[in-house]
Amino acid sequence: MTGWSQALGSHTGPDASIEQTFTGNRGLQLEEPLIFEQDSLGHCGVDLPEPPAHRSRLGGLERQAPIGLPGLSEPQIVRHFTRLSQKNYAIDSGLYPLGSCTMKHNPRLNEKLARLAGFADLHPLQPEATTQGALELIETLAHWLRTLTGMPAVALSPAAGAHGELCGMMTIRAALTARGDARQRILVPESAHGTNPATAATCGYAIDNIAANARGRVDLAALKAKLGGDVAALMLTNPNTCGLFEDEILEIAAAVHAAGAFFYCDGANFNAIVGRVRPSDLGIDALHLNLHKTFSTPHGGGGPGSGPVALAAALAPHAPLPWIVHGEDGRELIEHAKGPAAHSIGRLKGFHGQMGMFVRALSYMMSHGADGLKQVAEDAVLNANYLRVRLAEALSQSYPGTCMHEVLFDDGFLKDTGVSTLDFAKALIDEGFHPMTMYFPLVVHGALLIEPTETESKASLDQFADTVVALSARAKAGEAASFHDAPRLTPRRRLDETAAARKPLLRWRSEPARQQAAD
Amino acid sequence: MRYLPLTASDRRQMLAAIGAQSIDDLFAGVPQAARRAGLVDLPLAQGELEVERALSQIAAKNVAAGSVPFFIGAGAYRHHVPAAVDHLIQRGEFLTSYTPYQPELAQGTLQSLFEFQTQVALLTGMEVANASLYDGATSCAEAVAMAHRVTRRDKAVLSGALHPHYREVCETYAQFSGLKVAPLDPTSGMAENIDIDPDTACVVVQNPDFFGELHDWTTLAARCHEAGALLVVVVTETVSLGAVKPPGDMGADIVAAEGQSLGNALNFGGPHLGLFAAREQHVRQMPGRLAGQTVDADGRRGWVLTLSTREQHIRREKATSNICTNSGLCALAFTIHLALLGEAGLTRLAELNHATACNLADRLAAVPGVRVVNSSFFNEFTVRLPKPAAPVVEQLAEYGVLAGVPLSRFYPEYDDLANLLLVAATETVTDDDIDQFTHALGEVLR
Amino acid sequence: MPTLRFTKDHEWIRQDGDTAIIGITDYAQQQLGDIVYVELPAVGTMVETGKEAAVVESAKAASEVYAPVSGEVVAVNAAIADDPAKVNTDPMGEGWFLTVKLADPKALDGLMDEAAYAAFVAEQG
Repeated sequence: MTGWSQALGSHTGPDASIEQTFTGNRGLQLEEPLIFEQDSLGHCGVDLPEPPAHRSRLGGLERQAPIGLPGLSEPQIVRHFTRLSQKNYAIDSGLYPLGSCTMKHNPRLNEKLARLAGFADLHPLQPEATTQGALELIETLAHWLRTLTGMPAVALSPAAGAHGELCGMMTIRAALTARGDARQRILVPESAHGTNPATAATCGYAIDNIAANARGRVDLAALKAKLGGDVAALMLTNPNTCGLFEDEILEIAAAVHAAGAFFYCDGANFNAIVGRVRPSDLGIDALHLNLHKTFSTPHGGGGPGSGPVALAAALAPHAPLPWIVHGEDGRELIEHAKGPAAHSIGRLKGFHGQMGMFVRALSYMMSHGADGLKQVAEDAVLNANYLRVRLAEALSQSYPGTCMHEVLFDDGFLKDTGVSTLDFAKALIDEGFHPMTMYFPLVVHGALLIEPTETESKASLDQFADTVVALSARAKAGEAASFHDAPRLTPRRRLDETAAARKPLLRWRSEPARQQAAD
Repeated sequence: MRYLPLTASDRRQMLAAIGAQSIDDLFAGVPQAARRAGLVDLPLAQGELEVERALSQIAAKNVAAGSVPFFIGAGAYRHHVPAAVDHLIQRGEFLTSYTPYQPELAQGTLQSLFEFQTQVALLTGMEVANASLYDGATSCAEAVAMAHRVTRRDKAVLSGALHPHYREVCETYAQFSGLKVAPLDPTSGMAENIDIDPDTACVVVQNPDFFGELHDWTTLAARCHEAGALLVVVVTETVSLGAVKPPGDMGADIVAAEGQSLGNALNFGGPHLGLFAAREQHVRQMPGRLAGQTVDADGRRGWVLTLSTREQHIRREKATSNICTNSGLCALAFTIHLALLGEAGLTRLAELNHATACNLADRLAAVPGVRVVNSSFFNEFTVRLPKPAAPVVEQLAEYGVLAGVPLSRFYPEYDDLANLLLVAATETVTDDDIDQFTHALGEVLR
Repeated sequence: MPTLRFTKDHEWIRQDGDTAIIGITDYAQQQLGDIVYVELPAVGTMVETGKEAAVVESAKAASEVYAPVSGEVVAVNAAIADDPAKVNTDPMGEGWFLTVKLADPKALDGLMDEAAYAAFVAEQG
């Protein structure tokens, strides 16, 4: 096959064997400049009527200078963003084996229903008599989440997982303050996702790390040694970020409670246990869920998400505003810390919560049902263990034995090959896969964390496993250079992140301004 | 089940490959006491038809804003979003893609974020903007936290004319971070007299303010800087930036804004879109992701996430914020809508909004007993009614008019605000809508 | 003759009279990769042994630089603020971080000398 070279070339400079075109395009791979570089001055892709004559009430605060936005027609804009989309990998295109991200298929029914006018074209501050359906939907979602978690209350306003963590930690701190027992420290396993310590710090706590034991789980003795009268809570992920169920979780919960502390659980990995295990049975006091992980709402290139928090009875009174209650005339919002919500921590975001994601998540839950959700967890765990055994010899599993919905490897298998975890991941890109999670969790060296999810077929898993096995063999055979060069086949090759951080260029600037900057 | 590709045969083969007798073997790590037999007490799986029917019935219990004369704003605005926006954001490569941590596979997302950051900087008149936060209110709380980091001072003074939700979120965050928030009374008048002491990290004001009034914050900015404090300006209606002097031109240090007006439906309050912009000298104290320009190994221009050491996944407890997931797809919708509008379109859209609001103001002022309070406004203003506004709004809803928000909803304890109604008019409001509103209002006030 | 010592956190310190210059070692810069940013303390800051004195960042990591001794910061190296790459290319020379007026002129006595540090690094593997 002509055009693509597998030659072990140098790190820099265009690959001479790849055909250069006049446009820089390569067949369906199309180059596309910034919209600012395509301006048709004064043009517009939206036809708006002439504003009627009126006396300005802007109080003399009219804009004096132009904004500097480019003008283009609709065909140009559609083409621009279509070309951009074609440079993106997506779940719709292929497997994302990203650990703890749960990149499952995003059902299109969810998109259709979220766009019903009765949900999408609804203002949060309309009189409640005109939004009873919205309040009913939120309550229905809350019911499903309470049932799946076994917890008595759910706070629905947090906008994402990290926001949910903050919500949970705030309710814990409020509960402790209310009982006159202010505590200073949060215990966090070393394997925790960065949002956990970041959240604890935002909440005014000091962080104390707990080591993992040789089995990749929280060291119970180390935990007990760190527990004391000044520990407010333990923040644990279960299954943990090594893909393992914390099998001593009941003892952990007991120890935490005995010390007068609360047990917070990061629910990012709920996909492994949904419908099979209830967090309330594990002694958990607060747990956030990621609707954009377990419950399929789309990642959208980085968001939006939704991070509802299930709360135990001791924490429920502190749930953030607004609350939904049943009044005489139907469902009502409590928007102030009064009456039943007198002990609420207050408001965590504008308005009521990520309604658009609620509709999508509920559509997903209703589609699966109790039986389907249990099957989700089982297939997720099955798929991960299948990859575990397929990759056991080629890679180095950090904690041998059964995993849950994700499996952790480290760079032991790359020892003396001159190939790093990063290089290995970049080589996967040329094979048409998004890499697995790299360098997380921090508890092993050069981590590779793989989570296939339940929406991958066996054929998809086999293709991925075969590829990883082949790449591992190539690395062990000493062909390091081909890894250092990767990826070679994507619209852009490896990008210079050092230069981007040393001299940050965070926006486009018009020519005169750029010239000034250069002078 | 339609979303699960594994067949019974697949499962058997895979279990055999693993060496497990049944799926239960793989859950052996779960303590006995936590194992549940059977299914949770929820309905079983349903097909598309059934789910669609059930949720459509729930949706039908709501009154969609577009189905009646509609005049509600207060931080979320109903604008017309061109059809192309929703089609483009639903392309699978945008909708179902992940955060662009592997830039070679995400140049589409990264380039559009770079365009978004540029648009936000241009609109607000600031030097640099991030790739979005959750919403305007949390953006405001992040601005206060950033001002604390930059000035190393503990106090934030909040204008009494700041959106109450934004104030409340700042108060909640401050309660736990140890910062002091000094909110001024909503009836306290002009912010120019705000006391700025050596403890003050920032003053937070809004433009147009919560009551719709427009301000020039230039003098206040100068006073802040003299006192070593930062000025944070909140904008809840980004379309206003098509007509009004932007915060950057007034000397703002940080802009925290709500971007929902462009590209995004009301969605009953979420997901919305937090905008965050600041001066370049403070960029390393900014929260949230940043897309930056660079080159690849072939010397071709491309984009990457950069300055990542500020963020939680690297800096952990020392991060500038705990934020991870943001409002990516909403930011893309904003970018596309604004790209379609361009300079000429946004300017005209803003003018249309203002003209419609001016017309509404004149018509409402002509209703006996009704007075427009504002001396200036963009597309939203406050009217004083001769009696409490909350029951009036409920009665108007029975006439089929969604007539704005009574201020008592936000300030239940302030008797002197009880007769005030916040009313908005965007380009979606017709003369017929205004006729219905004024007619109904006349009836209700009789 | 300036005394050169090293810490287990891979900082070096070179004393001359009652002041000492501090930086990070070649091993440290290799581990960090390309340095993109350095956060230096203000002149006049008091630093304490074992506590954070500066921060050094690569694209993917941020590391604390701990003060090997206590004292007052009398100078910082603006050159590495402008061009962080100097820390990679000349960590023991042009890539210096800060100069401290020693609270205790004998503070370096307990630190590793060049030979001991070389052995320590060899053990890191």
